[in-house]
Amino acid sequence: MRFMVIIKATNVSEAGGPPDQEIMTAMGNFNQELVKAGVMLAGEGLQPSSKGARVRFSGKHRTVIDGPFAETKELIAGFWLWQVRSKEEAIEWVKRCPAPFKEECEIEIRQVYELEDFGPELTEETRLQEERLRAELSAKK
Amino acid sequence: MTAADTHRAIEAVWKMEAAKVIAGLTRMVRDVGLAEDLAQEALLIALEKWPVSGIPPNPGAWLTTTAKHRALDHFRAAERSERKHEDISRELNKLERTPPDLDSALDDPIGDDLLRLIFIACHPILSTEARAALTLRVVGGLTTDEIARAFLAPEPTIAQRIVRAKKTLAQKQIPFQIPRGLDLAARLSSVLEVIYLIYNEGYTATSGAELIRTSLCEEALRLGRILAELEPAEPEVHGLVALMEIQASRFRARVDARGNPVLLLDQNRMLWDRMLIGRGLAALERANSLTSARGAYHLQAEIAACHARALAADQVDWEKIVSFYTELAEIVPSPVIELNRAVAVSMASGPQTALELLEPLLADPLMKNYHLLPSVRGDFLARLGRHAEASTEFERAASLTQNERERALLSDRARASAANVAPHA
Repeated sequence: MRFMVIIKATNVSEAGGPPDQEIMTAMGNFNQELVKAGVMLAGEGLQPSSKGARVRFSGKHRTVIDGPFAETKELIAGFWLWQVRSKEEAIEWVKRCPAPFKEECEIEIRQVYELEDFGPELTEETRLQEERLRAELSAKK
Repeated sequence: MTAADTHRAIEAVWKMEAAKVIAGLTRMVRDVGLAEDLAQEALLIALEKWPVSGIPPNPGAWLTTTAKHRALDHFRAAERSERKHEDISRELNKLERTPPDLDSALDDPIGDDLLRLIFIACHPILSTEARAALTLRVVGGLTTDEIARAFLAPEPTIAQRIVRAKKTLAQKQIPFQIPRGLDLAARLSSVLEVIYLIYNEGYTATSGAELIRTSLCEEALRLGRILAELEPAEPEVHGLVALMEIQASRFRARVDARGNPVLLLDQNRMLWDRMLIGRGLAALERANSLTSARGAYHLQAEIAACHARALAADQVDWEKIVSFYTELAEIVPSPVIELNRAVAVSMASGPQTALELLEPLLADPLMKNYHLLPSVRGDFLARLGRHAEASTEFERAASLTQNERERALLSDRARASAANVAPHA
């Protein structure tokens, strides 16, 4: 099973200053452990929300809102995609992660839906639609 | 946290740490079976203590230290009661005379112990089935029950298989070493064979009831990815990883809504997992950067990659696939590979040339009862408009297959070919 492991933003990550060298080294080592254990599938750090944007959906209207965004703690600063054997294993790995920031922060663990999880509710047609979209997105990368 | 939560957390920690703990202990006691027993004893102690004390900050080291104490207790008790157990007392002496070995067993920064463990669990002295069960047990940290369910085998059968394997390794005094030089190639191929066997056990599972078996694919992929980091200079390891990643990318496309298998060329490529394909192609690149003399897994990965790169079934580079099959047939001569090569040739140069390639296979005793030969031959004949002969071949194929769904499919094709004959009759 796969989990997305999300590092929540802090004032520091949102300020976008140079990363702390000590933390970077520790994170590098941790990432290496993840790879050596066959756990890490992907992972990226994200730039501050000031460089991002949001699109709000309301009926037929689409409103673009430029960053930065308030409610810092709800934003994300980075993520991993892990393959592990249980949620408990994901939690155990996160506990071993070096603190991503010197200030108080959170890492959130979310299980990825596998298509099987949708069961019969996801008809063959919606499946195809979703997958087509996914394939197009990755083709554009 | 409830007691059940703690229990699950301990199980997770065990699965993460088992291989390292057992590897360190095997280095100490020079017997993988004993090491695993000791590690299991440490796990039992953990299950008793951790719900009260909490999981220690370094659970792997805790388990190793606890097991090490159990080892010393064992040896001392054995020595006190029966001096005649020369082996055991010799072990004890060795342990007491060489304490640094014990300490270094606690920490193994470069993973050599883990690699030794993988090599010993996959030792060619054991049957492939025994190697697979022992590897899942000591390297994967799976319980005997989990292994039995995954292999659709009764638990006592698997338990006995593991016990016998451990005994054989002890009796033959298989050294806990990383093979080097000429030995390495043979030993490595034994490891890769086991990983691919585990993978294929999972891959053949299709229905929801068999979902436990698909976890074997994840387990094999994990083992492969770990091995790729432990043996980064071995191209065949990356070749196998590439092959497994690319095959896993087709997981969702290989059965239809009713659970019937879908042939590769009929699969909806939109259902293929692009991230896994990306990982597979990256592993293949790693293999190619290491050698130009491709091994069997490496070549199969190249073939799988030809399909993965094509966005539509009619964009597959069949010429390239034919050349990879030709290379594969040179290093692993096999009628099954020849059959596959003929299929690729039929796509690249047409069914007539391909049909001629099947001639030598018809006389091969290994192929006598192999349903895919008449099935493929029937397909070539049908494409050439020789429907009567095609129908006979499909009927023969249907009579040879063990698989119900396949039989129905082949019988349908036999009828369809026969119907095509009728207008001319």
